[in-house]
Amino acid sequence: MTYTSLALTLAFVLIPLILSKTLKLGLEKDTIIATVRSVIQLFFVGYVLKFVFDSESFFYIILMVLLMITVATLNARKKGKNIKGITWKIAFTLIVIEIVTQGILIGFQIIPPTAQYIIPISGMLLGNSMVLSILFLNRFTAEIEANVEIIELILSLGGTPKQAIHNQLINAIKTSVIPTIESQKTIGLVQLPGMMSGQIIGGADPVQAVQFQLLILFGLLTTATLSSILIGFLSYPTLFNERMQFITHNLSQKNND
Amino acid sequence: MTQPLEVTIHFEHVHYEKNSSFILKDVTGDFYKGKITTIVGPSGAGKTTVLKMCNGLISPTSGDIIIDGKNINEFSPTSLRQYVGIALQNAPLIRGTVYDNLALPMTLQNKLLSEKKAISTLEDVSLDMNILYRDVHNLSGGQKQKVSIARTLMNQPKILLLDEITSALDPTSTNEIEQLILSINRKYNVTIIWITHNLGQAKRVGDYTWVMMGGELVESGESSLLDHSTNKRIQQFVEGKA
Ligand SMILES: Nc1ncnc2c1ncn2[C@@H]1O[C@H](COP(=O)(O)OP(=O)(O)O)[C@@H](O)[C@H]1O
Ligand SMILES: [Mg+2]
Repeated sequence: MTYTSLALTLAFVLIPLILSKTLKLGLEKDTIIATVRSVIQLFFVGYVLKFVFDSESFFYIILMVLLMITVATLNARKKGKNIKGITWKIAFTLIVIEIVTQGILIGFQIIPPTAQYIIPISGMLLGNSMVLSILFLNRFTAEIEANVEIIELILSLGGTPKQAIHNQLINAIKTSVIPTIESQKTIGLVQLPGMMSGQIIGGADPVQAVQFQLLILFGLLTTATLSSILIGFLSYPTLFNERMQFITHNLSQKNND
Repeated sequence: MTQPLEVTIHFEHVHYEKNSSFILKDVTGDFYKGKITTIVGPSGAGKTTVLKMCNGLISPTSGDIIIDGKNINEFSPTSLRQYVGIALQNAPLIRGTVYDNLALPMTLQNKLLSEKKAISTLEDVSLDMNILYRDVHNLSGGQKQKVSIARTLMNQPKILLLDEITSALDPTSTNEIEQLILSINRKYNVTIIWITHNLGQAKRVGDYTWVMMGGELVESGESSLLDHSTNKRIQQFVEGKA
């Protein structure tokens, strides 16, 4: 694609701008900000990737992955402010995800250990892990808030913190993983997954594109399940003290972002 | 009263602070072994807080709680909570059947509750045995309270804490529960601490009474104090409620 044709795709930005203006939707400013940001951010990433690919240095690959983990952690931790040390728990989870998935992919020689493969696949899997962590923390907090009485009840009868929070933990894990599984059941029937579409447009053989898409989908199943389980089991002990008391003030300060 | 009174729970200058506001202020007082002590006072007085402390669900910000001569912190949380059982306000029930709820204290110890024992427990709290496998959503308020009490009794506590267990019940169920608690108290010599907003009940079932207001223990003594207190605040409270 030439830069001229890319410039012509700005027609797709112009249409919503005109519509927003005539119908007084008030979306012009945000549309323009979104356009400018995506252009700058994606070209920046594109040039960084080009640099990393050209350098053929493993050091830069690791640096890129660490950067992705940092950004994803900072994003996800906003949802778990009430959990002590949530930043490190999320970072640890993402590192485990990266090691497990790349370990399998590279270890079994499913992909070659080059930047071209490691970085985009890490990006997709870590991005999903971040979304799942946010989803899980939302659900877990909501489950706990709705069941404070039951948690206290179990403690009052001599149950341990793990027994007291077990149902809320399992429910939150389950409900945060289900959308990933459900979306895979209908995949390809309604819309083609983004990565596969990109590859096909880029000229790849559709069956080859399907193979890589499946690799990602299977990887997503692991990241979804593993992220919420890891975050869950790392987080719940901070809600109790050593006298097996439920520290409700950790939850009473609601986060609104 | 030939037997000397024996203190089973002692509060010593207990304070409790939450979000930098005082919920309990310098509470010092006793609960006697084998006796029924009722706790009365307006809502928000700190009554539930006192019970939760006895069961170890919360700890004082400062001050001590002594149980049978030992500081409460020397008990393991689990054994304390089995020894000092609590029937919580609003009788929270876990999802499932009556059996699931009765079995909960055993389940938590990886033990099984036999159907026979479950049925005899239902009889103890005068519940019909054919509700054993009923979903708890379909129980009346009185039935829920009885299930909650029966569940607490499963751990065979020597001290039983009751938080407004009859406040949502009709007079018949209330009377049944009062008789039930009195018989548990006499038969097994279980110490009872009973929060109630019903002053008639507080006098009827109580040997001793704590009157709490605004986080303080205003007066404590034999339950007749409710009729003879010289404290103006207590007189007003009793008149307002009676
Ligand atoms: N978890 C909590 N967080 C903040 N305040 C609380 C909490 N629990 C109780 N309180 C406050 O402490 C006071 C005493 O509560 P409580 O012991 O439940 O009173 P009572 O049982 O006599 O109605 C009340 O003002 C209540 O609002
Ligand atoms: Mg109360």
